Amino acid sequence: MQRALKKYLATYREAAPLAVFRILFGLLMAVSLLRFWSNGWIEKLYLEPNFFFSYYGFEWVKPLGTATYLLFAVCFLAAIAVALGWRYRLSMLVFFLSFTYIELMDKTTYLNHYYFISILSFLLLWLPAAATFSVDAWRSPARRFQRVPAWTIDALKVLLTIVYFYAGLAKLNSDWLLEAMPLKIWLPSNFDIPLIGSWIASETAAYLFSWGGALYDLSIPFLLWNSRTRLPAFIAVILFHVLTRVLFPIGMFPYIMIAVTLIFFSEAWHRKLLKRSSQLLKLPAKDFDNRRQFNFKSLRIRRLTLSVIAVFLMLQLLIPFRYVLYPGELFWTEEGYRFSWRVMLMEKAGYAQFKIVDQSSGKRFYVDNRDFLTAFQEKQMSTQADFILEYAHYLANHFSSQGHKNIAVFVDSHVVLNGRHGKPLIAKDVNLLEYENSFKHKPFIQPFHDTIQGF
Amino acid sequence: MNIMLRSTLLFFCLFGLLSCATDESNTTTADDDSNPSAVDFDRSAMLEHWADALIIPGYDQWNTELTALQMAASDFTMNPTETSLRVVREQWITAYTMWQRVAMFEMGPAERSDLRLSVNSYPTNTSQIENHILEGGYDLTLPANRTAKGFPALDYLLNGIGTTDAERLAVYTGANGTAYQQYLSDVITDLNTLSNSVLTEWQNDYRTEFISNDGASATASTDRLVNDYIFYYEKFLRAGKMGIPLGVFTGTPEPQTLEAFYYPSLGNALFLEALDATQDFFNGTPFNGTGTGPSLASYLDTLNTVTNGATLSESINEQFVTARNAVMALETFKVEIEENDPPTTMLNAYDEVQALVPLLKVDMVSAMSIRIDYVDADGD
Repeated sequence: MQRALKKYLATYREAAPLAVFRILFGLLMAVSLLRFWSNGWIEKLYLEPNFFFSYYGFEWVKPLGTATYLLFAVCFLAAIAVALGWRYRLSMLVFFLSFTYIELMDKTTYLNHYYFISILSFLLLWLPAAATFSVDAWRSPARRFQRVPAWTIDALKVLLTIVYFYAGLAKLNSDWLLEAMPLKIWLPSNFDIPLIGSWIASETAAYLFSWGGALYDLSIPFLLWNSRTRLPAFIAVILFHVLTRVLFPIGMFPYIMIAVTLIFFSEAWHRKLLKRSSQLLKLPAKDFDNRRQFNFKSLRIRRLTLSVIAVFLMLQLLIPFRYVLYPGELFWTEEGYRFSWRVMLMEKAGYAQFKIVDQSSGKRFYVDNRDFLTAFQEKQMSTQADFILEYAHYLANHFSSQGHKNIAVFVDSHVVLNGRHGKPLIAKDVNLLEYENSFKHKPFIQPFHDTIQGF
Repeated sequence: MNIMLRSTLLFFCLFGLLSCATDESNTTTADDDSNPSAVDFDRSAMLEHWADALIIPGYDQWNTELTALQMAASDFTMNPTETSLRVVREQWITAYTMWQRVAMFEMGPAERSDLRLSVNSYPTNTSQIENHILEGGYDLTLPANRTAKGFPALDYLLNGIGTTDAERLAVYTGANGTAYQQYLSDVITDLNTLSNSVLTEWQNDYRTEFISNDGASATASTDRLVNDYIFYYEKFLRAGKMGIPLGVFTGTPEPQTLEAFYYPSLGNALFLEALDATQDFFNGTPFNGTGTGPSLASYLDTLNTVTNGATLSESINEQFVTARNAVMALETFKVEIEENDPPTTMLNAYDEVQALVPLLKVDMVSAMSIRIDYVDADGD
């Protein structure tokens, strides 16, 4: 066992897959950032709101006013530099930090695929992705390597496998499989798609897509590992993501997923792709084929890199299961829901009306959320207890500074989940100020009174 | 390998094409053939029913009442007596009540002319009105004059400028009487112009545009009108007619912000008419008719829900009844607010009116997969 491991760790492969991965990743990130900018979302999401929801422990990360544009510019330039392989370590570090900072600025915009980009860029930081076909390698023969340790490529494959497989596991629940929820709600609103619209709106389609989606997520990484099933699997990847792109507003994500999946293809295929592209762009491809094997600067750095990646992948295996530490129904409380590849599992909507009581004067009034939050923020806030609690404290500060004394904040909340009747997420008579945000279970969340079986 | 490379490229191209095509389909309307019903529900039949059985007849009747109001006002200015003043007031009540039937349809022609703000901005600005009358040379089509015209301005002109009809008549027959008469008639003419243009547009091109925009995007007729409907219920019916005067959002009651402030007994009636209108819209009950038609209620009944027990449309209708009963049991809103501190009974009635908001805005909209306050952002 130990010998097998040793042998594996000493195996070398072509560096081409890492180079292709790096280039596509950098380019797609640059395009995504440009798209974000040109859609006016920097202004709308990070400059217009007066208040931002923070991740616990990251309250100090806030938008930077007009300098937020600069932050995006830095992130964009770093992505370009990554694609070029120019000062790769540094540009990857800048990209990772700036992108993660952007994502931490407001919890409202949380998406699993933004988290995926963050952790992927962290992983890339440790990989020799600029060993070939990069400005770094082109400028300095000493940093030019044709071959890299196999585990540096496999680390990316393992991460992708975790993402897909865990997304599939999350779909193995009674709402998804037995009720075809929430697809049964979402698909009918696509009835106006030409040709297939009426079929997509049918109940049969909802069940087919639910089961098909779960099966796809669970099996696709393994079909991609296997060289004999790889091509049909990749075609399935394209079809699946095209379909999701047509049916749901998921932006750049399908393109990114298709591009990163290419890592499963053979060394030869990647070499060929690089050769063709360099012929097309009239680049000197041959110079990179020097047969040198990548060496870490020292044994210590190699050991550090290996440990970081091992711990990182272990954490990725564990984090999605942290929800078992919390009581209550996961979909209802959402305690341990994020960072777990639970995508498209819930049609959840809510309404939260806050009551401010000045306990000194007995005066009470309701808050118009739109005085403080954007429509998007209000939407996210009204279904998630951690948002509600943070906002309650913000309201208390706001009204205290207006001279109200001894304030209590109550919320009249109403949440629907996957077609069930709406009910309060939080009891009406709980003064939210008696609680602070933490990783601990929030005891003021009302019981769900229903069970969703599964992972 | 070569083939794989090429097919990969081909897929990416196809992919780009497909995504462009879907982007477009969000903004254009689907033609009739390619637009079959979703889960056996025909949105275009619902839109047609809304247009032909609720919206157009409603505007038509409102327009008729306003024409009658104009005639009553011209009778009054030719022969100002307490009796002819009362006739104007009666007709004002009828037209104002009728307005409650169409106030929620703020899309298309109504949206373009900012109908709701032009017709019913209250509290009205009495000093602005007096100023216009005194100085003349006003232009009622200006947005700045919205607080000096419409039904609330008429409320002041017919009820607020004196405590008895004799006193009020004296204003119209006094030294500055013709200027008052002129202003009264100008405000009514402005209302007629607005209602005429909205009705004509609906009868001509807009009906077709409205019905044929039967897709499922954020700009489709169903999604937009449902958004408008809920917005109206929340902001204008719940908050405007009850919440703000009650001081629900400030802690301080503000009875001067009541609708029909100078004719307090009308406030409750206007509220109830508006509540009936929103319930009729929900059930597709035709204007001046009974029963139901293709509507939000019947749409909900065809959709899938996990829960057993009462259907969502039943729960919503029950809450409409509860809210109506609670409001009907009240004294006039003005009395409730001014004579009770805090106005507990009316606050309790408000809570019943409020209880419909989450049912409409969360349960109904979630079941229909309609997006409220359309947010332009990516999802997971």
